[in-house]
Amino acid sequence: MSIEIRNISKRFGDFQALDDVSVDVDGGSLTALLGPSGSGKSTLLRIVAGLEWPDSGEISLAGEDASGLTPQKRGVGFVFQHYAAFKHMTVRENIAFGLKVRKRPKDEIARRVQELLALVQLQGFGDRFPAQLSGGQRQRMALARALAPEPKVLLLDEPFGALDARVRAELRVWLRRLHEETHTTTVFVTHDQEEAMEVADNVVVMNKGRIEQVAGPRELYDAPANEFVMSFVGQASRFGAAWVRPHDLRLSPTPGDGSREAMVDRVAHLGFEVRAELVRDDGEPFAVQLTRNEAEQLELARGQIVYVRPTRETTFA
Amino acid sequence: MSLTRSKRTRPSEGAAGALSLGFTTAFLSVIVILPIAALVWASRKDGLHQFWAVATAPEAVSALKLSLGTAVIVAVVNAVLGTITAWVLVRDEFRGKRVVNSVIDLPFALPTIVAGLTLLALYGPASPVGVNVGFTRTAIVLALLFVTLPFVVRTVQPVLLELDRETEEAARSLGASELRVFRSIVLPNILPGILSGTVLAFARAVGEIGALVLISGNLPFKTEVASVYVFNRIQSGDETGAAAVAVVMLLISFAMLLAIGGIRFLVTRHERA
Repeated sequence: MSIEIRNISKRFGDFQALDDVSVDVDGGSLTALLGPSGSGKSTLLRIVAGLEWPDSGEISLAGEDASGLTPQKRGVGFVFQHYAAFKHMTVRENIAFGLKVRKRPKDEIARRVQELLALVQLQGFGDRFPAQLSGGQRQRMALARALAPEPKVLLLDEPFGALDARVRAELRVWLRRLHEETHTTTVFVTHDQEEAMEVADNVVVMNKGRIEQVAGPRELYDAPANEFVMSFVGQASRFGAAWVRPHDLRLSPTPGDGSREAMVDRVAHLGFEVRAELVRDDGEPFAVQLTRNEAEQLELARGQIVYVRPTRETTFA
Repeated sequence: MSLTRSKRTRPSEGAAGALSLGFTTAFLSVIVILPIAALVWASRKDGLHQFWAVATAPEAVSALKLSLGTAVIVAVVNAVLGTITAWVLVRDEFRGKRVVNSVIDLPFALPTIVAGLTLLALYGPASPVGVNVGFTRTAIVLALLFVTLPFVVRTVQPVLLELDRETEEAARSLGASELRVFRSIVLPNILPGILSGTVLAFARAVGEIGALVLISGNLPFKTEVASVYVFNRIQSGDETGAAAVAVVMLLISFAMLLAIGGIRFLVTRHERA
């Protein structure tokens, strides 16, 4: 079910967390709110859930105005970065909480909890306490708990932020699959552009309480709306008035047409790919991404002088 | 791997461990266990039969009943009001919050005889506010409430501060009303703190003498509490009578500690899981 966000503004003291933000989230989609810390993305998510009240603006859920509704009445599932597990309840009791509050029949609750335990792959963990689970398991429990009352929308606030890199990568794939199974409208907040690009259909890029661009991952990378998106989503360095991605630079041992002189500062071998950090003749550092073969042919080494030429540039008015 | 490592201790650590264990045991013995043993010994000097007779003397029973009764009232009032006070101090913002927060400790800092004197001046026969409850059971409860005020507040406050507010938000977004959030999420977490504070308040109330000796009037069968009774027995040279009631008070305290320990064990099972 869709979410419509209209002209939301929110101040915390002197800090303008959100500045007249409007965005639509399609029903059934998987959307990322991406931005650096302090960009207002978490605040926006909490406002949608009713956990925070905007100074002005409106929120509609599934076409109905929800601006005046308490969190209890919004029908929103919320997942927190630090799990917010009910520590004194077992996994089963945690998941059943939303259903118990709604006074569903006992056998229905038991059935639904069993179903969800299977969905989040925690069968056999039902009688454990959250303290006996790993971070990844706790977060899956939190997800099952949020999904139990069949919310209209599922909101996740930096859901993988507290997990280590490997579990994080696993849960990303898993969230994607879960969404394909449930088709619940899902919005998650992240500051990690790779996470946003990998998981979401649609990415909302935020900065300083405003929305910079709303687009699919590919469009965001290939056609960034402005310099902020260009440099925040993927890497980019400045070449004169233009911006260039690290893989859109050619290195050659000899000067050529439109090339600039640079010195190799560091070469990092990342398996198939090699990342070279260079310093331009005007002192500006920048990065180049090459294949291993290219790097070997150039015999890249620290201190070496090479010539760079952009093959693709982006300029913003 | 880590298991074997944690089991092995360096020799010096072992020696230090034995030394500190020995010190703790010796300290505990001298300060706590020896006096209690001496007390129990004194109470049965004239035989078990005599012990029972003096412990169940009408005046003694009346004093014990009064002490227990008022202590129960005080403990219950503290459990509720102390929790509310702690809640307000942690969750609400108001002017003068820091001042209020420090005033909470005043009953701890004030010598209890001074507290008794203050209460007598305020609520006694010469009350400037026209409330004279001096030498009544109400006065006893008032005085006990005063000296036990900080216990529950100070045991619940840190737990409330540490409580993960997001769990409450999670419960709300799952549809739980504010009352349900408190009952199902907050209360189970602060209950051990409330219980600890309540037991401490109860124990203190059972044993209090300084704050009561002036304002209660010490009328036998009316306003004479157990501690004052023990004091009076000693004054009149009846050591056995004093020791007998003292041992009963001791047993009550032990029973309370055990009961609360049991409840704590049950409500914190998830922490040991």
